Amino acid sequence: MASRLMALWDWFDARMPSVGEEFRKHMSEYYAPKNFNFWYYFGVLSMLVLAVQIVSGIFLTMNYKPDAALAFGSVEYIMRDVPGGWLIRYIHSTGGSAFFLVVYLHMFRAMLYGSYKEPRELVWIFGVLLYLALMAEAFLGYLLPWGQMSYWGAQVIVNLFATVPFIGPDLALWIRGDYVVSDATLNRFFALHVIALPLVLLGLVVAHILALHDVGSNNPDGVEIKKNKDANGRPVDGIPFHPYYTVKDTVGVVVFLAVFCIVMFFLPEMGGYFLEYNNFIPADPLKTPEHIAPLWYFTPYYSILRAVPPLFNSQFPGVAAMGIATLILFLLPWLDRSPVKSIRYRGAYYKSALAIFVVAFMVLGYLGVKSTTVWGQFGFDAFFLDTKDRATWAARVCTVLYFAFFILMPWYTAKDKVKPVPDRVTM
Amino acid sequence: MSDKQKVDKARRNLVVATSVVGGAASIGAAIPFVASMLPSERAKAAGAPVEVDFSRLAPGEVGIFEWRGKPVWVIRRTKAMLDSLKAVTASLTDPASRSSIQPEYAKNELRAIKPEVMVVEGVCTHLGCSPQLKTAEAKAEMGADWEGGFYCACHGSKFDFAGRVFRGAPAPTNLTVPPHTFLSDNTLLIGDDKKGA
Repeated sequence: MASRLMALWDWFDARMPSVGEEFRKHMSEYYAPKNFNFWYYFGVLSMLVLAVQIVSGIFLTMNYKPDAALAFGSVEYIMRDVPGGWLIRYIHSTGGSAFFLVVYLHMFRAMLYGSYKEPRELVWIFGVLLYLALMAEAFLGYLLPWGQMSYWGAQVIVNLFATVPFIGPDLALWIRGDYVVSDATLNRFFALHVIALPLVLLGLVVAHILALHDVGSNNPDGVEIKKNKDANGRPVDGIPFHPYYTVKDTVGVVVFLAVFCIVMFFLPEMGGYFLEYNNFIPADPLKTPEHIAPLWYFTPYYSILRAVPPLFNSQFPGVAAMGIATLILFLLPWLDRSPVKSIRYRGAYYKSALAIFVVAFMVLGYLGVKSTTVWGQFGFDAFFLDTKDRATWAARVCTVLYFAFFILMPWYTAKDKVKPVPDRVTM
Repeated sequence: MSDKQKVDKARRNLVVATSVVGGAASIGAAIPFVASMLPSERAKAAGAPVEVDFSRLAPGEVGIFEWRGKPVWVIRRTKAMLDSLKAVTASLTDPASRSSIQPEYAKNELRAIKPEVMVVEGVCTHLGCSPQLKTAEAKAEMGADWEGGFYCACHGSKFDFAGRVFRGAPAPTNLTVPPHTFLSDNTLLIGDDKKGA
């Protein structure tokens, strides 16, 4: 039997050798550093969640109706009448939040170990593009259930584009395809969500991985393993991705799926953070819900939007700050002037800066799900207090810290006192 | 390839010209796709004016009517509401509605044709949420100096009973007054100001 299979493979390989070549190039002869740790699970988990979202999404489209009159009902139909429909929908909704969770951890890993630094700038750029495409995909998909939060979330986000000077109103009209968020908007968001952006995401994943495999993976020590090769030209600190890391990643996948299933079966709404309660009310274009907030993965940027006061009779500064907060990530490889990659060999400046950045990001995220009155008001008055809400001022401080992390980076990374980097990876 | 290979200029010019024409054709081909995302003829037609009967509104009540898919409020303003408009003038961003959108006949302090009937789009000029009615009784929630008006829960903008925005709010301008005309004492045409249109 085995020899028959081998003969079949040989027959195939003689006619289409590129399959075997690609497998060797990217799997069995792709040498990855041997010291990967826990943080290196999140890349493969992002790909897993992408696959889960595509498969569950395909089955949701079989019963979902992208029509303003039918959409909300068709989602309830999936939940109640389609066999296993509730499961498929909860896979997809839990997957949405899981996607952002693993991507945020994956990006944080890159910041811990300097994985964006030379020669991996393109890997990072494709990664940031993936993050932006993922945000667009999540936003477009959120309109589809056509609940109150879907509707008013889309209304607010599309109106962000309307604040762009000069072309704004026409741009928003073009995005909506109507004077308000309507059936036309829902239909095109469906098309973009199920066809256009998944194709973009898949293309970017390919580019991200090709760029990574051309230069080789970074590692927790930030040591370039390609600089130290044995007589056969293989990195001495490298091990073949397959079978070593495919096996290691399988363990991570199993643990991840176990946690995923607990959330999906027992906490699919996650207390209103994964599925917002107001979205169980059908969209009503005449009435905005009393409290609206985006889903948790957008709230840091939403906080930045709310924190910036309008200038010159325009809300555009807040919108611009929110946009720049995401786009500034592209510059990270050039803002970081440190001679070392990994946090293990960096000095106190970078470690403190990263810690402050993480706290600021989390506080912004927390404030974004709450009302601006959550921390009460200052008891005194002063000329510069345009608002007395403590939470707004906290968000302003965190916004400044968020940007300071990037803007001051060339200075504090160059000044930082780094430790000597070893020649070989440590275990 | 030898480094002194002679470049055939005529051929290279042809390649350049073909590329330019091909590029122009690609841009041209994108136009119908981009244009298909503009509002359709049906969406434009749905912007037709609507006739509303607001006779059911009691003094002080706000009626919500739909025009172009947007909420339009008709407010039957009481004497107290009209008085509140004068009291708040000092704390408004644009009390005379200079940089706000309204028809010429509503570009006055009361922003209305008839003082007791206010017609205004219930769409916040910040990012498009629909504000909520907060009467003068809501002082506990809105602050001791609240004279009544509207509050946008999305980002905290406040408006008076003429749709004028208070300072310190993210909304840059007053609520928009749509074109409208009275067909009789209790019926309005919203979306057009020429009678019989």
